[in-house]
Amino acid sequence: MAAINRDDVAHLARLAHIEMSDQELDRMAGELAVIVDSVKSVSQAAGDDVPATSHPIPLSNVFREDVVGHTFTAEQALSGAPDSDDNRFKVPAILDEA
Amino acid sequence: MNTEAILSFEEAMEKYDPVLGFEVHVELNTKTKMFSSAPNVFGDEPNTNVNEVDLGMPGVLPVVNKTAVESSIKIGLALNCKIAESCRFARKNYFYPDTPKNFQTSQYDEPIAYDGYLDIELSDGTVFRVEIERAHMEEDAGKLTHMGGATGRIHGADFSLVDYNRAGVPLVEIVTKPIEGAGSRAPELAKAYVAAVREIVKNLGVSDAKMERGNVRCDANVSLRPHGRERFGIRSETKNVNSLRAVEHAVRYEIQRHAAVLDAGNPVVQETRHWHEDTRTTTSGRPKSDADDYRYFPEPDLVPVVASREWVEELRATLPEPPAARRKRLQADWGYSDLEFRDVVNAGVMDEIEETIAAGASASVARKWWMGEIVGRAKNADVDPGQLGVQPATIVELARMVEEGKINNKMATEVLDGVLAGEGTPADIVEKRGLAVVSDDGPLLEAIDAALAAQPGVADKIRGGKVQAVGAIVGGVMKATRGQADAARVRELILEKLGVTA
Repeated sequence: MAAINRDDVAHLARLAHIEMSDQELDRMAGELAVIVDSVKSVSQAAGDDVPATSHPIPLSNVFREDVVGHTFTAEQALSGAPDSDDNRFKVPAILDEA
Repeated sequence: MNTEAILSFEEAMEKYDPVLGFEVHVELNTKTKMFSSAPNVFGDEPNTNVNEVDLGMPGVLPVVNKTAVESSIKIGLALNCKIAESCRFARKNYFYPDTPKNFQTSQYDEPIAYDGYLDIELSDGTVFRVEIERAHMEEDAGKLTHMGGATGRIHGADFSLVDYNRAGVPLVEIVTKPIEGAGSRAPELAKAYVAAVREIVKNLGVSDAKMERGNVRCDANVSLRPHGRERFGIRSETKNVNSLRAVEHAVRYEIQRHAAVLDAGNPVVQETRHWHEDTRTTTSGRPKSDADDYRYFPEPDLVPVVASREWVEELRATLPEPPAARRKRLQADWGYSDLEFRDVVNAGVMDEIEETIAAGASASVARKWWMGEIVGRAKNADVDPGQLGVQPATIVELARMVEEGKINNKMATEVLDGVLAGEGTPADIVEKRGLAVVSDDGPLLEAIDAALAAQPGVADKIRGGKVQAVGAIVGGVMKATRGQADAARVRELILEKLGVTA
């Protein structure tokens, strides 16, 4: 059984900006452990002769030439924004500066 | 407001040994962005250089800009790095409105370039080797403007406005290994290192390298340890120090601040610091915390970049002469002393002198004009010497007219002023202003007689063999002719008259 405790879930929830109740944290800790264990079974199928990969397709160097393509107008860019001002996206003040 | 205690730099140096580290972000000057075909242009109307990829819309796929990869490899090579045979991108996850995707596409465990070094020459010629840990590819974030509040800074802001034109602009982040042993030269080294990186990327032509536009940005890490201790102290990271002077000042200030904290028996807080140019101090940003848990994972939407050795060697063959090697070559070609050459470099007129010599001036004439005349005028006008618009051909022509005896040096500087004032070519100005050396010996001889009569003691000295005293008589003649005489001819005539051979 993978060791995913309640604190781990609370930490992840905080990083993901998801608000979770105590009850949800308890439940998710148990469920996540099962999920991780299930995914882990993949490692039984892959032997030592199968190299680790981050991509399923054996491709490399898929490039684009440096040529300008299409752009949006500011109006188009902002068309889905909840709020805007002066052709820019308007967002709440964020105190935790990245 | 900043009330934090600091020690004097000298005292800090007596007690502690600084260790530095730098992360320099270089914006590439590709035509398009790292992963989208939107234009990479500075200063356009907000949110007009964006498309669906830059805005992180659902279902979009990034495609890597080949030129950006080539530029990154060139930077790696210029920093004496190894180029990875294969490398991949990774997602750096964080929530902040400067990235609409909620992650930055970067590189994590497989940077494209690693294990390099840069030899940095300090102002007195000392060479200091800075080891490069890695140089990796990533994308820039959008630009936030904090609105409302009293100061316009983030604290007290009511809301922020976001322009994503910069989002997705190709970046190369260059990370040094810890830099030890710089001692009291740490601030100078910091400045010189960033200057060297800036010079290299500019010379490669891969970045516009304008710090004032954020093309080259520096995060400076500083820690102190007592002399003789191997273990590093706790570091602070001063973000976005965006001028060469500021890099030097920020490192110096952080050394002094850390020293005071340690002296008081307190631990240094590992945190981000913000640099303030107005007070030349830093203030606390935020402590390292959960927010730095970026949960990197390999970017599933991009395939690996494989740099074949052939490709790397092709790119290496296109590299221009490194700036440091070029300086050595030019100094040797021109025959300048170390001091003369350093002055030329510090004055920022090396390129101009090179062009002037290429246009036909001798090395000494080129130096005389740029260092003796133009640099000072640029300083008065508060611009870079190159911005005055003096053409190499102008200097060549001035020098030729002086050499031919048409005008003297004093007149030539007057002609230069005329050229700078837009009055025309040197020949035009000589004619318009009626500047010409008095070449008829008649009036000169009269003036010489008068000057000799006025200073009989000097005349005797010259007759007695003190040829260097002739300067005083030449001066008298030049004054009498209001500078219109050819000083070399005057000197000749005086010596002739007194029967002395020079």
